[in-house]
Amino acid sequence: MIQEKVAQTTASGERPMLLSLRNVGKVFSNGVTALSKVDLAIREGDFLSLLGPSGCGKSTALRLIAGLSTPTSGQLDWRGSIDRSNIGFVFQEPTLLPWASVFDNVWLPLRLKGMSRAKAEPAVMEMLSRVHLTGFENAVPRELSGGMKMRVSIARAMVTKPRILLMDEPFAALDEITRFKLNNDLLELWQDERFTVVFVTHSVFESVFLSSRVVVMAARPGRVHGELTVDAPYPRDEAFRTSPDYAALCRQASDVLVNAINSTAGSHHDSH
Amino acid sequence: MTAIEDTALKLDPEEARRVRQERLERIGRGGLPLAIMVLAIWLWDRICVWNAIPQYILPRPGVVLQTLHDDAGLLFSSLLVTLRITFLSLLLAVIGGVGLAVLFAQSKWVEMSFFPFAIVLQVTPIVAIFPLINIYINDQTTKLLLCAWIVAFFPILSNTTLGLNSVDRNLRDLFKLNGATRWQQLRYLRLPAAMPYFLGGLKIAGGLSLIGAVVAEFVAGAQGQSSGLASRIIEAGYRLNAPRLFAALILISLTGILIFLVLSLVSHLILRRWHESALKQER
Repeated sequence: MIQEKVAQTTASGERPMLLSLRNVGKVFSNGVTALSKVDLAIREGDFLSLLGPSGCGKSTALRLIAGLSTPTSGQLDWRGSIDRSNIGFVFQEPTLLPWASVFDNVWLPLRLKGMSRAKAEPAVMEMLSRVHLTGFENAVPRELSGGMKMRVSIARAMVTKPRILLMDEPFAALDEITRFKLNNDLLELWQDERFTVVFVTHSVFESVFLSSRVVVMAARPGRVHGELTVDAPYPRDEAFRTSPDYAALCRQASDVLVNAINSTAGSHHDSH
Repeated sequence: MTAIEDTALKLDPEEARRVRQERLERIGRGGLPLAIMVLAIWLWDRICVWNAIPQYILPRPGVVLQTLHDDAGLLFSSLLVTLRITFLSLLLAVIGGVGLAVLFAQSKWVEMSFFPFAIVLQVTPIVAIFPLINIYINDQTTKLLLCAWIVAFFPILSNTTLGLNSVDRNLRDLFKLNGATRWQQLRYLRLPAAMPYFLGGLKIAGGLSLIGAVVAEFVAGAQGQSSGLASRIIEAGYRLNAPRLFAALILISLTGILIFLVLSLVSHLILRRWHESALKQER
């Protein structure tokens, strides 16, 4: 088991490709270039973070992958057997149906695929227990705390057992204690299920703690600036959060990010 | 609240003052309007007595009440006629308003094309349209229904349209991601999201459909073709039967109040679990 996990995290070259973005660009109708010439290879089982300052196109990249938006140039190649119905998406806000119970919110993706309540129940209850929300099936979102709402949102994204989970700064609005807890729980879920995660964040610390790969992006135009492999072994826990290894990795990532931001400032100057 | 009263909590002066204030406000909310009402009725009675005002100009409240009792058969059968028009037109306004709103929500183009006409229908005074309706339609009930409907459907249409278009963008994306059909999006997302807006429109439309029914009857009743409360009022006016006029008037306003209260209750019951408007303030 441990052997497998090590293999999963270190020998990324051997895992099959899930999705590759080739020379992808996105220009909005108002003339803003959100993404330019993005090349990115996502392998099965990756926990990949897109890290960057605001305006670097990381959310746009996520929307392109989700199929919520189409690229202006370049292409996205999914590995044959995967299609877009295999995608889970977690938004920055919990984005729950306020009138529906926790159960109904998690049931929703299955319901939209035509699954009855009775038939969906085992999957929904299983997912709720995975995010530690057993007993809250009948609560409505306003009765939950911010962290619990986000758990419902994750359960909803995961209930269809997606191959790839896209997360758009999901924990940015939470307090630190709740965020750490959700980080830990997300990692636990990821290690058990072995899905692929693309995680958008602007936090160096969060990206390093969670990811096997951190892709740093720069703004104006949005592009990939550099990549960092985080080869610290999983499972990562609170001890890892305070270890010198973690601090060193954070410094590395931070350096790349500062570089990316400076490169933007430079190019911004040049263009004027 | 109750927890504070039940346990012998030691409250600082500020909190104690707030608890007292809240208790007073609760009593005042119901008690004050009632007291003013009683005072006004008493004053009305006194003015009649002090100035020896004849009954056919301003009857004393007691006489109005007596008339309400004596003419109950006549008045309540008329009330039923008016109520029938009111509720039928409200029902049609709901069907028409929601139906059109759903149609509008299907396509921006449909909304852009037809919404202005709904506004035209709304801003033209019903009294001015009635003579035309009178020419084109023979059946009395249909005439009245059409009038009341024209008055009542617009708030439902405009509110529901707003509600259907006010869905959170991310939720729309979520449905798109999960491959929801148009119908699923309407059924599971847009209609529930529009519910608070629709209920707000319904509360307005409830009052308006009563007004529409009475106004339509007034115009029709002038030709002696109606038997609703409005025609009782006209009739009583001709005969200088002021007590009956007042009694009919009171019945109409009580009906209006009742419709409003019932619709508010319905709205509260539907929204109480999730919508901000129906939640008790916690702090």
